[in-house]
Amino acid sequence: MKLSRRGAALLAASALVLGGCGSTGNDAGESKSSAGGKVTVEFWNIWTTDPLKSYGAQAIKDFQAKHPNITIKSVPYENEAFKAKLTTLTQSGKAPDIFQTWGGGVLGQQVDAGLVKDLSADTGDWIGTFTDAALSAYQVEGKTYAIPDDIGMVGFWYNKALFKKAGIAEPPGTWSEFVDDVKKLKAAGVTPIALAGKDKWPGHYYWAYLSMRIGGLDALKQAGESKDFTGPAFVEAGQKLKELAALQPFQKGYLGATYGDPGGQAATMGDGKAAMELMGQWAPAVQNDAGKGLGDDLGFFPFPAVDGGKGAVTDAFGGGGGFAIGSEAPPEAIEFLKFLTESTEHRKAVATGGLLPVLKGEEDAVTDPNLSVVAKNLAGATGFQLYLDQAYPPAVGQEVNDSVAQLIAGTKTPEQVAQAITETAKSE
Amino acid sequence: MKTTRPRSLRLRGFTTILLFLLPALVLFFGLVVAPILLAFYASVFKWNGMRGLPTDFVGMANFTRVLADEVFLGDLWRGLLLIILSVAIQLPLSLGIAMLLNQKIHGRAFFRLLFFAPYVLSEAITAVLFMMILSPTDGLANYILGWFGVDPLDWFADPSTVMMSVFIVMTWKYFGFHMILYIAGRQGIPRELTEAAQIDGATGWKTFRYVTLPLLGPTIRISVFLSVIGAIQLFDLVWIITGGGPSHSSETMAVTMFQFGFKRFQVGYASAISVVMFFISLVFALFYQRYVMRRDLEGASTVLRDQR
Repeated sequence: MKLSRRGAALLAASALVLGGCGSTGNDAGESKSSAGGKVTVEFWNIWTTDPLKSYGAQAIKDFQAKHPNITIKSVPYENEAFKAKLTTLTQSGKAPDIFQTWGGGVLGQQVDAGLVKDLSADTGDWIGTFTDAALSAYQVEGKTYAIPDDIGMVGFWYNKALFKKAGIAEPPGTWSEFVDDVKKLKAAGVTPIALAGKDKWPGHYYWAYLSMRIGGLDALKQAGESKDFTGPAFVEAGQKLKELAALQPFQKGYLGATYGDPGGQAATMGDGKAAMELMGQWAPAVQNDAGKGLGDDLGFFPFPAVDGGKGAVTDAFGGGGGFAIGSEAPPEAIEFLKFLTESTEHRKAVATGGLLPVLKGEEDAVTDPNLSVVAKNLAGATGFQLYLDQAYPPAVGQEVNDSVAQLIAGTKTPEQVAQAITETAKSE
Repeated sequence: MKTTRPRSLRLRGFTTILLFLLPALVLFFGLVVAPILLAFYASVFKWNGMRGLPTDFVGMANFTRVLADEVFLGDLWRGLLLIILSVAIQLPLSLGIAMLLNQKIHGRAFFRLLFFAPYVLSEAITAVLFMMILSPTDGLANYILGWFGVDPLDWFADPSTVMMSVFIVMTWKYFGFHMILYIAGRQGIPRELTEAAQIDGATGWKTFRYVTLPLLGPTIRISVFLSVIGAIQLFDLVWIITGGGPSHSSETMAVTMFQFGFKRFQVGYASAISVVMFFISLVFALFYQRYVMRRDLEGASTVLRDQR
């Protein structure tokens, strides 16, 4: 899911064009008559592929059977097309009744424009059923603007066979052990890390996680508010990443590699040509898709702790998805969200493998062993940080990606990276 | 009666012309002129492209930022590099092949078709094709280089070779187009002239140098013009293959503009970049037409004016 969301710029561009040209006849805003008994609720989602496509159809059927006066009109779009369509609609000052959101900076802009309903009053006890990590992306200044539906995290996916070949018994727990393991892998003739240098966003995970481990979550939060990224934690994170890049741990030609294309990061990993990659919960699926897949040889370990750092090894970095409600939506919209996130119903969705647990104690519903590891790590998370390119305004997020890519390529120093991000943040 | 009739006729003629032109004019103003004016307007604002027209006036700040930006100055340098390479390598290559395919050789229609084919392919397909051929890990190009004992190159993945690789793709894509221009130009040269030169004892080279080349002048000048404008606006190939990377080393002005406009939502700043691009193209076009293509244009316009 993440793959196509971040996917080819070509698709994005064509989707923008198509989105701009498309008819707006079926846009939201026609279905506000809750007085007459029968209500239609528009439900904008990204459930265009299985398993969620068939799950969604069944869920809507079940809901309508329970609430005969409510009709749920599903409007599914592929990720990039969805973003383009929603942007067009919100620019004209409207929002669908229920719509998919990823939280962060974009949701913040929609809230500022008065398009999103404040759900704090309606949620009550309901909000307590979700994990803190799942909720964090949708809470702005103490108010809740969306209900989580999916959550994941980034960590190291590694090839157990290649680790064994290099004589590494245990995955590293600290950054210095990690660097030692990279050296061991290199010495054994194994490419330690697969990285998509062209896509830039996979590189920013390293810098973000290092900053989190060194400065703690508070450092990132403070920097986002004061728009100052020149603090020692960020410079040190840059230095650590620079030292790693100096070991030349990445696959040949990584600067031109994409994430999901043939020969890209996921394929390199899936074909067993590199020992690890730092990626989100979708990594195993894409490895199987773009490469052969590793099967039982695939393992997961959280980003290692940095000695003397303030951040805990249990602090997680990632993102998820949720649903927001348009400010003019009928009250029945909330009923549907309550239905979707009610424990037995959400467990069904999780069991399909399409979504990860957002409710407390839901981890055992995960059937896929790889996703189960991620879910368990998330359940024990002591803190959560949203992807930086989503948490901050678009220009700042892109500058993070861009500057870190230059740091890895050796054309920017750690200080210059901190400086460039700060400058962009201040100019926003 | 005699005086009003022609006037009403003239009026009717004018109305007819207007009616025929109107659809085209409406489209031209709505889709070409208005966006250009909007870009000029937006370029002096700080604007994220949302909620109606921009309001945060910043004066010339966007332009001072553009002209101090390392990446944009790099874009200018890379654009110049591509222009020089195109004129020095790509166009002579096209000219050579055009002259070759003007000879009476077997299957020349086939070769003309074959060499023109890349131009018909879309930019996106060309880009994806060359991403595979020039892949650093399992590309065809490295495989062939291996036969000659050459170490595999990183092509698009190395800042020092990426521009060369982009230029190879550009040449492959566009040489056929210039070749067709030259063949058409060559066929417009009367055979008597080359025959006369040969009877006077001119060698093949001398015929080419003193008869063919001067008479191809107008074609070459227009082909250089198209090539330069193409290099200034280069976008799709680069965007798909490298996205401007690694670390901006293959970025062009259009790619920078797209980055800021559609990725970072700094539409005001991106508009300023587009305005600068507009002026570079305009200044080049005016100077080139005024000083280089003056003779070609004179022939057409002055003669017509005299006849009027």
